[in-house]
Amino acid sequence: MRSIVCIKRVPDTETRVRIAADGVSLDPSGVKYVLNPYDEIALEEAIRLKEEAGEGSVTALCLGPKEAAEQLRTALAMGADDAVLLAGEPSHDGLVTAKALAAEIEGREFDLLLFGKQAVDDDNMQVPAMVAELLDLPCATVVVGLEVSGRHVTARREVEGGHETVEFDLPGVVAAQKGLNEPRYPSLKGIMSAKRKPLEEKEAAAVESSLELVSLSEPPAPEAGEIVGEGADAVPELVRKLREEAKVL
Amino acid sequence: MSFQGVDYYDVDGMLEPEERAVRDMVRGWVEEEVMPIIQRHYVDKTFPSELIPQMAELGFLGANLPEKYGCAGLNNVAYGIIMQELERGDSGLRSFASVQGALVMYPIHAFGSEEQRETWLPALASGEKIGCFGLTEPDFGSNPGGMLTRAVKDGDEWVLNGAKMWITNGSMADVAVVWAKTGEIDDVGSIRGFIVETDRQGFSARDQKGKLSLLASDTSELVLQDVCVPDSNLLPGSGGLKSPLMCLTQARYGIAWGAVGAAMACFDEAVSYSKNRVQFGGKPIAATQIQQIRLAEMLTEITKAQLLVLRLGRLKDAGTMRPQQVSLAKRNNVNMACECAREARRLLGANGILVEYQAMRHMANLESVYTYEGTHDVHGLILGQDITGHPAY
Ligand SMILES: Cc1cc2nc3c(=O)[nH]c(=O)nc-3n(C[C@H](O)[C@H](O)[C@H](O)COP(=O)(O)OP(=O)(O)OC[C@H]3O[C@@H](n4cnc5c(N)ncnc54)[C@H](O)[C@@H]3O)c2cc1C
Repeated sequence: MRSIVCIKRVPDTETRVRIAADGVSLDPSGVKYVLNPYDEIALEEAIRLKEEAGEGSVTALCLGPKEAAEQLRTALAMGADDAVLLAGEPSHDGLVTAKALAAEIEGREFDLLLFGKQAVDDDNMQVPAMVAELLDLPCATVVVGLEVSGRHVTARREVEGGHETVEFDLPGVVAAQKGLNEPRYPSLKGIMSAKRKPLEEKEAAAVESSLELVSLSEPPAPEAGEIVGEGADAVPELVRKLREEAKVL
Repeated sequence: MSFQGVDYYDVDGMLEPEERAVRDMVRGWVEEEVMPIIQRHYVDKTFPSELIPQMAELGFLGANLPEKYGCAGLNNVAYGIIMQELERGDSGLRSFASVQGALVMYPIHAFGSEEQRETWLPALASGEKIGCFGLTEPDFGSNPGGMLTRAVKDGDEWVLNGAKMWITNGSMADVAVVWAKTGEIDDVGSIRGFIVETDRQGFSARDQKGKLSLLASDTSELVLQDVCVPDSNLLPGSGGLKSPLMCLTQARYGIAWGAVGAAMACFDEAVSYSKNRVQFGGKPIAATQIQQIRLAEMLTEITKAQLLVLRLGRLKDAGTMRPQQVSLAKRNNVNMACECAREARRLLGANGILVEYQAMRHMANLESVYTYEGTHDVHGLILGQDITGHPAY
């Protein structure tokens, strides 16, 4: 089983991000970066598939700044065999990222191409499906269950209010959702061996964007809450307000 | 918000990428696996032995020993970072790892035959076997050279008699590294180390009752009554008090790092509590001068301690570290952690005495850490001798 897993360097979900003075980017100072949590799930799945098959390879691929080598090392520490860093700034335009990734992946031999279902920084959820389309491959997104037997893949996807099962033949694309597996901790031996595994760095293909980022803004400050009363007597009024004013029931 | 550590002086910037990766991994593991269960173990006075398989698999046991024996082969800074993060969880967990790695695996590696290494190190690294270290006796703590435990040669065997006290991991151990005199009782040079399987006839361990500190840790008394071990269980490279003291240097090195972790946990908790606790007209206690000074002192001392151990680790990796430098770091850092824990406990008010918060658990634990592996006083005397040339103990 040969897999390629695309990973992204994103701000830690617990970091408080601030908008930079230019109004269209984030202030990088004091931001801790991590491997996108959904990509960890994709990596774990690829490593398990290789372990179960007893053969194959896992390649981690990242489009990002040079510092993203750190996240690729994490992928290698978890169990990826080699890593490729496409040096460049990840675009806010999903299609730009997808085209650059597809240009790299096109020349490679693989069975399964995995992604996290979304990157937790811009939450676009576009890249996996776009890459699949560019490479003319079947694609299952938001995957919570995966079975591979021979060249045949059965994927269980989360859909609004339920699940959907889809089937396709390899090669194909899978975008992982929470629940697919529990990603492992990289062991100390894994961390040490990651240093010795190959990490290739090259320039990302230049792609023009047709999308312009105009501005970023903070979410509005939450409004003060309201206490409608105390005890059981207050419940009918609370329910009325939730239903009629907040419209959440 | 999960634990982010304390790094006021960008100490991170002085770490290698793998050292940071080790830190992030162990920190995440402690957050996910230790924090949810440690309070219950502390109250129940049990060691969280369900964590041993994971600790072994991730490589925490004897992590700075060579890969050829199934260990992770880390440098000493990365090893120290593991101790820091484990003790941020609980001193009991770090004690377990210190004993297994620095007091059991280290002497087998340093003083053992190749056959002993190959038999024991992989089994200890994988957590399949648990070890303990028996040096202290009821009447010989700070002065272990006075020990009464004897080993007498009888044909191809050694017969051991004596009692060891305050032995971490003692009741759960499969194997004990026991220190005993092979010559006259006043012959300190005749001290040798023995590998004693705990299922041997005449070996017994009893849990130390009544502890008010290090509750999530197994502390036991060992009794050896005519315990016979083959000559091949003698650690051939051991000789004199120097051998157990070399083990203690390894463990103390890890403790100096561990104390920083416990102090960070207390500081982190104190900062967040102070921002949320409101008294006297809507102001958080964080906005008061007294609490700010309290936090500033803690931050200052943690930062100094952090720089101290990082430098110590670099010296150890360069092979130039002196045991006296370890004494200075153990003494300073554990004392610093005791102070931080106490101040954090006080800042938390009544909540500070609850097990739901960490400060008092660390505060109580650290009293053991202050005493074991050479008391605060004794490390002061080691430094005193190094400064003046006059031994005063
Ligand atoms: C929880 C716990 C776990 C432990 N685990 C282990 C273990 O795994 N293996 C092991 O072998 N031991 C272990 N120990 C034992 C520990 O190392 C000893 O308790 C320690 O060395 C101190 O010895 P002591 O308790 O006999 O105190 P003492 O040596 O009796 O000291 C009492 C007091 O006198 C002071 N003092 C002693 N000598 C002098 C001097 N010359 N001048 C001035 N003051 C002095 C000390 O600083 C201390 O304040 C453990 C202890 C504890 C509490």
